[in-house]
Amino acid sequence: MPAKTLCEIVVAVGYGRGVVGEQPLIYAEGLVKRFGDFVAVDGIDFQVRAGEAFGFLGPNGAGKSSTMRMIGCVSRPSGGVLRILGMDPVRQGAQIRARLGVCPQLDTLDQDLTVRENLITYARFFGIPRREARRRADALLEFVRLADRAGGKVEPLSGGMKRRLSIARALVNEPDIVLLDEPTTGLDPQARHLVWERLFQLKRQGTTLVLTTHYMDEAEQLCDRLVVMDGGRIVAEGSPRSLIETYCPAEVLELRFADGTPGEYADKLAGVGERLDPLPDRLLVYTDDGDEALAEVHRRGLIPSATLVRRATLEDVFLHLTGRTLVE
Amino acid sequence: MGARPRDDEGVSPVRRQEAAAGDRSPAAVSARYGGAVTATGARGAGAAPARQTLAVLERQLVLFRRVWRGSVFSSLILPVLFLLSMGIGVGGYVGELEGAPYLQWIVPGLLSMTAFEIALVESTYPVMSDFKWTRAYFAISATPVGVAGILQGWLLYLVLRVVLAVAVFLVVAAGFGGLASPWAVVAPLVCTVLTLAVAAPVTAFAAVVDSDSYFALLFRFAMVPSSLFGGVFFPVERLPAAAQAAAQATPLWHAVELNRAATLGIPPAWPVAAHLAYLAVWGGVGCVLAAVAFRRRLYR
Ligand SMILES: Nc1ncnc2c1ncn2[C@@H]1O[C@H](COP(=O)(O)OP(=O)(O)OP(=O)(O)O)[C@@H](O)[C@H]1O
Ligand SMILES: [Mg+2]
Repeated sequence: MPAKTLCEIVVAVGYGRGVVGEQPLIYAEGLVKRFGDFVAVDGIDFQVRAGEAFGFLGPNGAGKSSTMRMIGCVSRPSGGVLRILGMDPVRQGAQIRARLGVCPQLDTLDQDLTVRENLITYARFFGIPRREARRRADALLEFVRLADRAGGKVEPLSGGMKRRLSIARALVNEPDIVLLDEPTTGLDPQARHLVWERLFQLKRQGTTLVLTTHYMDEAEQLCDRLVVMDGGRIVAEGSPRSLIETYCPAEVLELRFADGTPGEYADKLAGVGERLDPLPDRLLVYTDDGDEALAEVHRRGLIPSATLVRRATLEDVFLHLTGRTLVE
Repeated sequence: MGARPRDDEGVSPVRRQEAAAGDRSPAAVSARYGGAVTATGARGAGAAPARQTLAVLERQLVLFRRVWRGSVFSSLILPVLFLLSMGIGVGGYVGELEGAPYLQWIVPGLLSMTAFEIALVESTYPVMSDFKWTRAYFAISATPVGVAGILQGWLLYLVLRVVLAVAVFLVVAAGFGGLASPWAVVAPLVCTVLTLAVAAPVTAFAAVVDSDSYFALLFRFAMVPSSLFGGVFFPVERLPAAAQAAAQATPLWHAVELNRAATLGIPPAWPVAAHLAYLAVWGGVGCVLAAVAFRRRLYR
């Protein structure tokens, strides 16, 4: 059975009573999370559809984890509407959690158990019979390439291995939605690519992924659609491509100068490209034609110490929307 | 278990306000999304399904399989050494107490103390660890197993640990002629009640405090005095009136009285039901406090 069909069945089951059409698996409207007086999530609207990979992109403290915890039904919304698989997280939390897979930002693995025992004991919380739990544990360890560590303890695993184990554990109940809070933060490039590859494979199988990240390339690689969060609010929404097209010209020219601040050069380069963004260490020129802009820089008699023409990325979108870089 | 509503029950005041505010109400959304967003009826704040309790117990047993060797000395060997030194060594000088040889008199005390200390100590660091260090409770809280399942499975595990230690102790004590009455077979039941009376409130305490230095205070000012003055080694009647009242307020004394009644075949100080009721209050209040503390910490 194609995975897509499975998802549709899941949606139909979730909504019950013969509802037709594509309903969002997650529906949020005016969603708020307060901690005392502090507003961590400030009235956000979003929908996640079956089979898509949906991302929350934003800097530290943007409210990504707070949102994920509300979706995971471990944090009660302070206001607004949240529906997951057609159910109310406040009243049907346990039923929803039975159908979610959660990979939290901080690992919550049982350090004293073996890798395989971690998966089996976790499967038991979902009421999965012991024999089936063992079968799934072995299959998942193959999937995340930890089969050779199955009998070893968790503690000595590397960060990337622990992350992969957390992801495997999130899949043990064959969830309808997988929530991944910063799945690759702190991993080296090689470990990141392995995680991406596995997530990509899940996505191809039709699993609905919801993930948070502050890596632009991660969002561009994995997400069909994403929202950019800042200070508890959503500041932009769309596919990675459409966000870039909406908020940025196609190319970015990066200029570094040996002396003087990028700000001073911004004045001298007024009118070059569509927009100039002086950062502390470099000057960004947003333009449809990077080479032409560079030629103009030279025509104005300026000699940058280093230049780079590249395609615009989500990083630029974020910078434009918030006036700040994402990873400080 | 617990008096507060479960996380998946009831609607917060804020949500009720929001709902009253109009088109963002759950009902309005429900209508927009096919009208299927009706709760299936919130379950009461009652017990978790047995399956979930057993899954939590299973995790504890798998963990115990890794660490049991470390607990053999304190929970099996040490009590027997106490029995030999106090019962046979000291008993040789003391002779009889309340009409029984000192060995027989002290067996139920040491038995209760063993149960008391296991229940108390095991509810400190392991609980804090699963909140702070392994964060395993957070992992479980993301599954259908809620606070009730976590606490039930946890307390069941502690009861099994205590009953195991108590059973070994009873067999050794019987070998030395330390049991005077066949009623000794109810001692594991008394120790089960004692375990709940001690482990539940201490688990709540461990879920609330943010530093393990509080455990040192608990050991020094609750556990050690209880063990020394709770009727284990000598009758509480020997204490001055105020201290005697304090000793009788500890859960340990009530278990000692019940176990002594059982293994000597004599009536306890208070009616059996009164001792049990007192322990049940500790257990019941402890469970409520633990449920509240866990819910605050895991589902906020
Ligand atoms: N339990 C809590 N109590 C009080 N404040 C909290 C709590 N959890 C989060 N916050 C605050 O809410 C804000 C948003 O936090 P959140 O963890 O959702 O951000 P985030 O986008 O996940 O950030 P990061 O990228 O650092 O993980 C932060 O300012 C944080 O301090
Ligand atoms: Mg976060």
